[in-house]
Amino acid sequence: MALWKKYLQPSTVEDALVELGVEPDRSAVVAGGTDLLLDLQQGRHSAVNTLVDVTQIPEMTVIQIQDDFLHIGAAVPLAEIIQDVRVQTHAQGLTEACGLIGGTQIRNVATLGGNVGHALPAGDGTIALISMRAEAQVASAEGRRWVPVRTLFEGPGRPSFDRSREILVTFRVPLSGEGEGSAFKRVMRPQGVAIAILNMGIWVRRGSSGKVEEIQIAVGPAGPRPLRALKAEAVLRGQPFDSGSIHRAVQQLLQEVKLRTSPHRSTKAYREHILPTLFHRTITEAWERAARK
Amino acid sequence: MRFWINGVEKEIDVLPGEMLSDLLRTRLGITGTKIGCGEAECGACTVLIDDAPILSCVYPAERAAGRKIITIEGLAQEGSLHPLQEAFVQYGALQCGFCMPGQIMTAAALLKKNPNPGEMEIRAALKDTLCRCAGYPTIIQAVQAAARTIRTGDPIPPLALEESEGTNAVGHIQPRPDSLEKVTGTAPFADDLQFPGMLVGRVLRAGVPHAILKRLDIQAAVDSAGVVAVLVAEDIPGERNHGLVIKDWPILVGVGEKVRYVGDAMALIAAETLEDAERALSLIEMEFDPLPVVVDPVSANEASAEKVHDSGNLLKHIEVRKGDVDIGFEGADISIEGVFNTPPNDHVFLEPECSIAVPSTDGRMEIYVGSQIPYADREQVARSLGLPDEHVRVIGTPIGGGFGGKEDIAGQIHAALLAKTCDRPVKILFNRQESLLVHPKRHATQIRIRIGARQDGTLTAVETELFGDTGAYASLGEKVMTRATTHSTGPYDIPHVRADCFAMYTNNPPAGAFRGFGVTQSCFAVESLMDELAHTLEIDPIELRRMNALRVGHVTNTGQLLVESVGLLECIDRVEDELHRISPESNPFEVKIVSGQPNRRRAWGIAAAFKNTGLGGGAPDKASAEVELYPDGTAQVRTSSADMGQGLMTVLQLIAAEELTLPPDKVRVLLSDTGLTPDGGPTTASRQTYVTGNAVRYASATILQAVRSTLAERFDVPPATIKFIEGLAHIDGKQIELAESIEIMKAAGQEPKALYEYWAPETQPLGTGGDMHFAYSFAVQAAEVEVDLDTGEVQVLRVIAANDVGRVINPLGLRGQIEGGVMMGLGNALIEEFIVEGGYVFTDRMARYRIPSIVQAPEIIPIVVEHPTSEGPYGAKGVGEVSSIPTTPAITNAINNACGIRIRSLPVDQDWLALELAKVGGANRE
Repeated sequence: MALWKKYLQPSTVEDALVELGVEPDRSAVVAGGTDLLLDLQQGRHSAVNTLVDVTQIPEMTVIQIQDDFLHIGAAVPLAEIIQDVRVQTHAQGLTEACGLIGGTQIRNVATLGGNVGHALPAGDGTIALISMRAEAQVASAEGRRWVPVRTLFEGPGRPSFDRSREILVTFRVPLSGEGEGSAFKRVMRPQGVAIAILNMGIWVRRGSSGKVEEIQIAVGPAGPRPLRALKAEAVLRGQPFDSGSIHRAVQQLLQEVKLRTSPHRSTKAYREHILPTLFHRTITEAWERAARK
Repeated sequence: MRFWINGVEKEIDVLPGEMLSDLLRTRLGITGTKIGCGEAECGACTVLIDDAPILSCVYPAERAAGRKIITIEGLAQEGSLHPLQEAFVQYGALQCGFCMPGQIMTAAALLKKNPNPGEMEIRAALKDTLCRCAGYPTIIQAVQAAARTIRTGDPIPPLALEESEGTNAVGHIQPRPDSLEKVTGTAPFADDLQFPGMLVGRVLRAGVPHAILKRLDIQAAVDSAGVVAVLVAEDIPGERNHGLVIKDWPILVGVGEKVRYVGDAMALIAAETLEDAERALSLIEMEFDPLPVVVDPVSANEASAEKVHDSGNLLKHIEVRKGDVDIGFEGADISIEGVFNTPPNDHVFLEPECSIAVPSTDGRMEIYVGSQIPYADREQVARSLGLPDEHVRVIGTPIGGGFGGKEDIAGQIHAALLAKTCDRPVKILFNRQESLLVHPKRHATQIRIRIGARQDGTLTAVETELFGDTGAYASLGEKVMTRATTHSTGPYDIPHVRADCFAMYTNNPPAGAFRGFGVTQSCFAVESLMDELAHTLEIDPIELRRMNALRVGHVTNTGQLLVESVGLLECIDRVEDELHRISPESNPFEVKIVSGQPNRRRAWGIAAAFKNTGLGGGAPDKASAEVELYPDGTAQVRTSSADMGQGLMTVLQLIAAEELTLPPDKVRVLLSDTGLTPDGGPTTASRQTYVTGNAVRYASATILQAVRSTLAERFDVPPATIKFIEGLAHIDGKQIELAESIEIMKAAGQEPKALYEYWAPETQPLGTGGDMHFAYSFAVQAAEVEVDLDTGEVQVLRVIAANDVGRVINPLGLRGQIEGGVMMGLGNALIEEFIVEGGYVFTDRMARYRIPSIVQAPEIIPIVVEHPTSEGPYGAKGVGEVSSIPTTPAITNAINNACGIRIRSLPVDQDWLALELAKVGGANRE
């Protein structure tokens, strides 16, 4: 009946993979544990014998700039991410998203790895990362690979990587340059589970003469997986930042998202209703920030 | 594993699956850290790991290896309190105290990182550290005061709060007597207690809402490891049902008997460990014949409805009649009507129910429990055991919040049955899920109301029809819905009233007492419709209320002539003055566009309320208290009444100090022990300050009079010439110490104590036209809200709360009751909804049933109005409920003023609101 029998705290990714390999179907990787432990306790996760804690692995717990990328270890507590000036400079939308997750106590242990690994279609950290074209380094016994974060999902709660044999080691986002900015916003409701009714991350680069040179939009929950709104991005790319373009982008976005009713949380109609507002507010913020850089 | 706990190095083997909170509480006996939810929602379990606050209930113990853990017990350094602890005590930032370890540890971590936090930073830091007593504004003040002391080294600045003049104790700032233990984590809540050989008790719940139990097979559980006893209905030696008014609630449902809600108890297990008990629980097999489920009070009243009880589904039809409504509506220029719906709510006291039964060798039983009615617990436990009442002793532990939710039996009887069988102590601690599932809720209601008025706003008639969902069992349903009905026409002078209420049984969790006691619901309905009337007649909403307000000389809808202590008009005036002060130029009820935020609208809304003090309706309302003097110059007050955080302990301390002329610190208060304290009656109906307050007052006066008589005889002086000052008797220029006075009394064969049984003024049953209650409190609140027209999000910015309390006894406690009352009303308006679907509870975790957090706390501007009631102690009447009642309609009226949408169903659904706004084109948008 104990939630786990063995609790291991390896100090390298390789050791962690070995431990996972012993009994992969009865093991789980734990970082902050703020989702996993409750899932185990409340029966949403099948019982395990071994928990492999990755929070003592140095490369998973650092934030650093390397090769034109900002690297954020998958097991860095959110509280550290929020306070990090480099993250604020290069990924302000991510700082915002992490600041909205949980409260002080949760953020002292919860991690981006956990947020992404949990594979919710509207994970705040996940949506912000996707809007920044973040990549994740996934380690398995066979080696390591970099993959776009947006490809890590199969369905709600189901990542495309094998959580029982693979580990998210770190994330990287391109460093932010002149005329680039990002923002993250969400709409919550005061009742019920603290998951966004709708959230959105936007990254933009301003071109000369006030045009949208490059844009990335991520939104959730807008389907079984976190959504990168490529078609809406295409509508805006190269266009002037004005109400006409934004209106056309919103129309495209409404086509692209698959909104639905979640009982006791939100109706489909409400999500459709607030999507334009959320888009408008988020892109305006990102655009203004881009101007300041 | 090696780690440091509060500066001490420890080595211990961690158990499989062990969370840090289990290690601390269960194995190290460090119980200051509390468990409120076990699901990372409430923050009560916060401890510091290397100075960072974390939730110990979801923190694997292994992870603490090599780290420094600080718990609430480790915060005070070298015997002196941390400035936060000092500030929380002095400012009265603690009420029930259960959340204190979490609040203080989270705040301590903040101040370590940021010694000068602004209000927003404090709110952000404490976002997920919930306080259900909800003195959030005071908590913010206390944190800021402590921060200042840490920066400057100056003492905590005294609180700027008005105190009474001309009194020695009453009306003065006095920290709770149990403050110190509550801010240091030493207050022994029931789950903190350990007894040798104590077993863990667990209860198997039905899990189906309506069915006949066909088969119950416990054999596998009996044979399971660590199990000491498994009990079923047939094993109950005494009465099989319990209940506060009607004994209709089975202690256990037997084979062939009926399950009436998902929380019904089917079997009891006592085992060596929680794990053993849980395992055994899962081995019991149940088979049911399902019955149609009665899901709401309106359908329950239909002839074809399935019967929940053999007697039918109608618990009570309650009628209020005054004048003739037909004449009233004929005389009206206008009549308007509306239907309003309110959901059930849960109290979410942060301390889940915990009962410990300890058998003694002579067949007696002791029950340790945080209960609002210890003597009712005693009677119900005794009857189930088949023992005389005196063979059961209920010993009250500190109550981590009650709000009406700890009046009914929870685990008391079950623990006693198991303890009797096993002849060992048994603890039954509800987890949060069980707490949400089992205990009675606030009644869901449907209220139709029709108001008739003349063109000038004078009310001519009000007609109401209420349906109340009392769930599976009566609990206090009849009384709650009676209060809902008699208050359903508002605190107004109305010549013609007709009110009908149908309190109905259903297969939902039972509903019973919840702060406001039915009036919360009916006030929402009547005050919403009053605002509509004001709009329709184009009369200022304050003016409409003022012209119809109850005053001395008016007759209530139950036929009671009000002869005194009606402070409603002053509440109205004071709130109006405050609104003028805040916005001198403009009409506060007119919508304003938030500058720079074209999609946001602000407006104020107003609502008035009244609430009875005391049981009323002809119920004998009495309380006993004993006061004893001690040679060390102290006094002790004893009564069984409960302090669930509302501050009764301080109230009684101040009253006794006032009467005995002692400094308050010399008065100790012992509550809630049926072995040591006389019966103070139930802690309900905002009655304790009045009823037990009077008992203490008269007991104190009686003992002082006895001292006076003894001294007069001893020194041969007229008694009236003896003066008492700070306990010293002044006789003819001589001063006699209290200790000496007591010696003299004892020598004369007199005990230095007095017992007083106080009977509150007699009341009359509803329908007889007499005085239904001996006092009413009044309140008016104005709330300012901001509505986001695009998203429907609503934020409450400010609340002005005026309360006529008769007379302030305990200013710190009063402030806590006002802040907490407003926050609970805000939760009722915007956040809280206990969802039951087809008899099954959806909101069975705190993650699904949210309560207000500090980030939702508005600025609260308290206004105290004192219209004394002659019989009340120093003029005091109750305030615990009325402070919460008008908040909801004040908020929903403000929403209507801000965006033109009338809220008829609670809580406000931003989803619905936004879509309604969209229908009218974003309402009032230029």
